[in-house]
Amino acid sequence: MIQKKAMLIDISLCIGCNACQGGCKEAHQLPPGEEKYLSLTAFTAVSDHNGRFVRHLCQHCEVPTCVSVCPVGALTKTAAGPVAYDGDKCIGCRYCLQACPFHVPKYEWSKTRPSIRKCDFCAARLAKGLPTACAEACPTGATRFGDRDALLAEAAARIQQAPDRYVARIYGQDDVGGTSMLYLSPVPFEQLGFDTRLGKTPMPLLTMSALSKAPNVLTVGGVLLTGIWWITDRRQEVEAAEGTKARDRSREEKEHR
Amino acid sequence: MSASVLPRMTVWRGIATVLIVAGVLAAAARFRLGLGATTNLTDEFPWGLWIGFDFLGIGLAASGFTLVAAVHLFHAKEYEPIVRPAILTAFIGYLLVVFVLIIDLGRPDHFWHPLVMWNPHSVMCEISWCLMLYTTVLSLEFAPIVLEKFHIHAPIRWLHAISLPFMIFGVLLSTLHQSSFGSLYLIVPNRLHPLWYSPLLPVLFFISCIGSGISMVIMEALLLSRSGVVLLPTRLRAKLAKFIAIALAVYLVVRVQDLLLRGVLPEMTRLNYYTFAFYTELLIGYVIPLGLLLSERVRLSRKGLYASCLMVLAGFGANRMNTAITGLEQWPTRTYFPSLIEVLIMLGIAALGFSAFAVIVRYLPIFQAEPEPGLREAPPALVPAAAFRAPQGDGLEASRP
Repeated sequence: MIQKKAMLIDISLCIGCNACQGGCKEAHQLPPGEEKYLSLTAFTAVSDHNGRFVRHLCQHCEVPTCVSVCPVGALTKTAAGPVAYDGDKCIGCRYCLQACPFHVPKYEWSKTRPSIRKCDFCAARLAKGLPTACAEACPTGATRFGDRDALLAEAAARIQQAPDRYVARIYGQDDVGGTSMLYLSPVPFEQLGFDTRLGKTPMPLLTMSALSKAPNVLTVGGVLLTGIWWITDRRQEVEAAEGTKARDRSREEKEHR
Repeated sequence: MSASVLPRMTVWRGIATVLIVAGVLAAAARFRLGLGATTNLTDEFPWGLWIGFDFLGIGLAASGFTLVAAVHLFHAKEYEPIVRPAILTAFIGYLLVVFVLIIDLGRPDHFWHPLVMWNPHSVMCEISWCLMLYTTVLSLEFAPIVLEKFHIHAPIRWLHAISLPFMIFGVLLSTLHQSSFGSLYLIVPNRLHPLWYSPLLPVLFFISCIGSGISMVIMEALLLSRSGVVLLPTRLRAKLAKFIAIALAVYLVVRVQDLLLRGVLPEMTRLNYYTFAFYTELLIGYVIPLGLLLSERVRLSRKGLYASCLMVLAGFGANRMNTAITGLEQWPTRTYFPSLIEVLIMLGIAALGFSAFAVIVRYLPIFQAEPEPGLREAPPALVPAAAFRAPQGDGLEASRP
């Protein structure tokens, strides 16, 4: 079985040099130039929170919201970890943009045949056994690439070794059911713009709780409606028959007289 | 009959033509220039007016399945005359929604993909399938009307033989996707304002579409009766309106109970952008019409019934627009307002729908009952042009001679 890949992003080590974005742009042949926010030409961006730097990129969730909402399966979760996108399938409904809890997918609004654009976790490099371009570019080791299990163990060890340097939480360990991006932070995550209210339940389960009832609606509803039709139909038949009988009776009575 | 059905259409025809032409031009611009140049949609606001319009159209078209269920499955035969207009409304409504969806898609050329590429986890996929299947069912329910017109009777008999399972299937499909439009938003608890986000969204969407569907039917009956087509006598209209009241009451109980149980009460007592939208929606669409419809006098009066149904429809629209837009806005930093082209396309498509209805009722046997001249309130020539004005004459109307 393929080991699930992940990245450990240690905010206390990040110096905001933006080398990750540079490496990413080079690997994906994107126009160079520093960008502050995720865009069509920046699949990763670094934001500054009073001297602490946070990397933004697709979290490659374990149970991805975008994959679950896509009506045509243009987004898929691959065994190695990356959430892959196939623009040839995409119908452009933009449900993934609406649903992604991390606001990651960006849309080619200006094109007449648009696709979404986002970090692909360097799937092509991973297939060749190479690390992601951003991890390779990182000069301080703030972004490390590896197997998810190993990185989780390492993150836990770092917290244990220096409890005063980190808050006791690995963001992404089980947020929205776990992600491939694991964050360590010296300050509470809320202060760095992380959404800490997302919960541990994977978002797709929220939908499935409703969607899974659809087959029941069809079967139970079908039987119920047929039953109601049967009863009301019979009632009408009886009414009609009694109406005829009553008419016959009154005719008979007339004939008697 | 045809000449007298829609005598006021002349002015409307002008307006409708202008709107449709503008809509076609706007749609051409949208396909030529792409979504970015022609809409105000953004990465932060990927769904806007058109999705709201889809919700609205589908909700109004709920008249189709509610009336088919009432008359053909529950044998409430007294409502038979209104079934065909209801099916026509639903058929037009669904076709328009499919139309808008295709315009809204970034890749309209890929619109058929959900038919062959399935994702059973996606609400959007379920909706695509339900829309397609139910539009097929509606076309089968509509087919006899066309066949009747051309006196082709053999297929009508076949259709009649298989009609029961199809009608049941249609009602179930409607139940599923009417509620699924609410399920679309189950996945954004972090974005949608708690006044609208609820695990019960699908249930709430379903209950409210019953109220709006029946209101739409009554509105049609009221509007058409002004031109002498009496589809529902006053008593029956009033009786049908009772079901709106029931739907509104059930909705209010479920909605308010859900809000309280989820602890949204503090949100409800604040006065801001969201609560303003929330209370407007709730009062106009649910509380006030419920109060009105509980009174027998209102149900029997044309004006009262007209006003109540209009409010139900307005409140329903507000609820859908609030779920699709207001609740997702982060006032005042991140808001959305549709572009002119978005509005023009929507208006053009709405005008197309009204025109299609007007043309079809003229040429196909939609109203089985012939107009009764005795019940006409005013000769058509004297009725003013504004078709959506409140009908003339309030108070009780002689229902039966």
